[in-house]
Amino acid sequence: MSNETAEVVKAKPAEPLLSKRRKKFVADPLVDDNPITIQVLGICSALAVTTQLRPTLVMSIAVIFVIVFANLLTSLLRNGIPSRIRIIVQLAIIATLVILVNQVLLAYVYDVAKMVGVYVGLIITNCIVMGRLEAFAMGNKPWDSVLDGFGSGLGYAWIIMVVAFFRELLGSGAIFGFKVFEAVGISNFPTNGLMTSPVGAFVILGLLIWIQRTKTGYVEEH
Amino acid sequence: MKALRDQLDKIKPLFSKGGKFEKFHYAYDAADTFLFSPNTVTSAKGTQIKDAIDLKRMMVTVVVAMIPALLYGMWNVGQQHFMAIGETASFMEKFGLGAIVVLPIVIVAYTAGGIVEAIFAIVRKHPINEGFLVTGMLIPLVVPPTLPLWQVALATIFGVLIGKEVFGGTGMNILNVALVARAFLYFGYPTDISGDQVWVYLGGQNPVEGFSGATALAVAASAQEPVTQALTQASQAWYAGMFDFTNMFMGAIPGSIGETSTLMCLIGALILIFTGVGSWKTIVGVFVGSYLTALLMNLIGANEFMLMPAEYHLVIGGLAFGAVFMATDPVSSAHTETGKWIYGILIGVVTVIIRVLNPAYPEGIMLAILLMNVFAPLIDYNVVQANKKRRLKRATV
Repeated sequence: MSNETAEVVKAKPAEPLLSKRRKKFVADPLVDDNPITIQVLGICSALAVTTQLRPTLVMSIAVIFVIVFANLLTSLLRNGIPSRIRIIVQLAIIATLVILVNQVLLAYVYDVAKMVGVYVGLIITNCIVMGRLEAFAMGNKPWDSVLDGFGSGLGYAWIIMVVAFFRELLGSGAIFGFKVFEAVGISNFPTNGLMTSPVGAFVILGLLIWIQRTKTGYVEEH
Repeated sequence: MKALRDQLDKIKPLFSKGGKFEKFHYAYDAADTFLFSPNTVTSAKGTQIKDAIDLKRMMVTVVVAMIPALLYGMWNVGQQHFMAIGETASFMEKFGLGAIVVLPIVIVAYTAGGIVEAIFAIVRKHPINEGFLVTGMLIPLVVPPTLPLWQVALATIFGVLIGKEVFGGTGMNILNVALVARAFLYFGYPTDISGDQVWVYLGGQNPVEGFSGATALAVAASAQEPVTQALTQASQAWYAGMFDFTNMFMGAIPGSIGETSTLMCLIGALILIFTGVGSWKTIVGVFVGSYLTALLMNLIGANEFMLMPAEYHLVIGGLAFGAVFMATDPVSSAHTETGKWIYGILIGVVTVIIRVLNPAYPEGIMLAILLMNVFAPLIDYNVVQANKKRRLKRATV
């Protein structure tokens, strides 16, 4: 008469590929911990490339690609990287990927490559990429790192796409080069010169941050 | 008057707590206190300092100080129009035409800005601020008479929203609101607020031969011979003597509506200084700074514009208007007394530097004031720190 039962050693089930914890890696940087609007990183390229949607889209894809694979590679190598030279190793990984991206752009979309020009090269020093490698990939498993990189890249991408949408619409009267105002019969839409200069990006980014913080009630810590 | 008071009292319950239009309480409040002095005054027996000055009175004083410039601007719009089309007209004809052109701009600026103000007052649940009384008047005075009205509205909304409300409303703005609005137009729609074609209202009529429409600054900036000669030549064909020193001081020249007349700006300056609303240190600082910098440019003298007599810098363009009405803005300027000198002088220096050394921008006062607005807190901080240091040295511990 004993209620002791044999302890069944259950194999710990493998965490599903997209568990709740992992979904957070992707979802968090989209709004609540957005690299641009909350962490205020990567502003330089957000100002420079967003005059039109097409180069912005290319830039977004390039950053997502670089950040995902840099995270993956760093995470795979993380136990073998001596911590004293980790920044150089990270830079080497990022630089390799950026050169790859740049060559692909030059080969297939030459006109856009000329437009985004130096800013693709500058992804190497993009704080978002460096930040994720240093803060996440150096201490987490590869799949988690990939998801984290994807989330951060996406968070960056959708913000600069929104900025580019308004800048191209108001600054050039077009969306992806398609003249929308002429299409609806307004041939003399007065385009705003402020929107084609980086000031326009500052204004729109500021408004986005204003709207977001009013909604979420986020306050910067001092 | 009595009837109006009774009417206001009758609808008051609707706007007070629990009333039908409780939300619009502050709109009612603003209208009420604007029309009548409020009955919630402190009793005369108190020990407090009694002074009639409040935000509303201060702002109204500035508006009063701008009225000479506004009236002169109206006349000048007419004057320039009839000069350009080569007709003679009486004083009233000129003034009437100017009023027809200018008043819509004033009304649009007040309406557009007032709506934004009211929306924020209701959303943020604070009384409607009077700060806008000044901004709404400043904006029409610093734009050309030919500016499309939708741009006036857009710029005003941008100025009030991005220049002020983003930072928390009246008294919290870093930059002068009216100049933010003007800078928005200047960079957003440059063809409508710069160049030679916008400063004179033609009203669809053909100008006389020899008319160029260029401002004195534009002529001076592109001068190949001594500037005074270039100015004489530029006015010779159209209206002899227009760009003489005295006439430019009086202000019958092409330019933005309210800024052409240095004399009217000085009258405004007297009102501001006499009532203590504006700081004479800032105003004098701007003039001194620009005059000395212009003298320095004379010494360098690499081109004709640099060699322009220094006093010309004070009467052409919007320098006087900016010095009197924009630089003295009590919110965005320096607050310490020494700081006001530094702030004013640096505005003058930067203005002339932008005018003379940067060929892209003929006028520099707008950008100079905006730049120094940003530096004003730093100036104040250093003045305070220097004072602390001096006193600490004196203290014997």
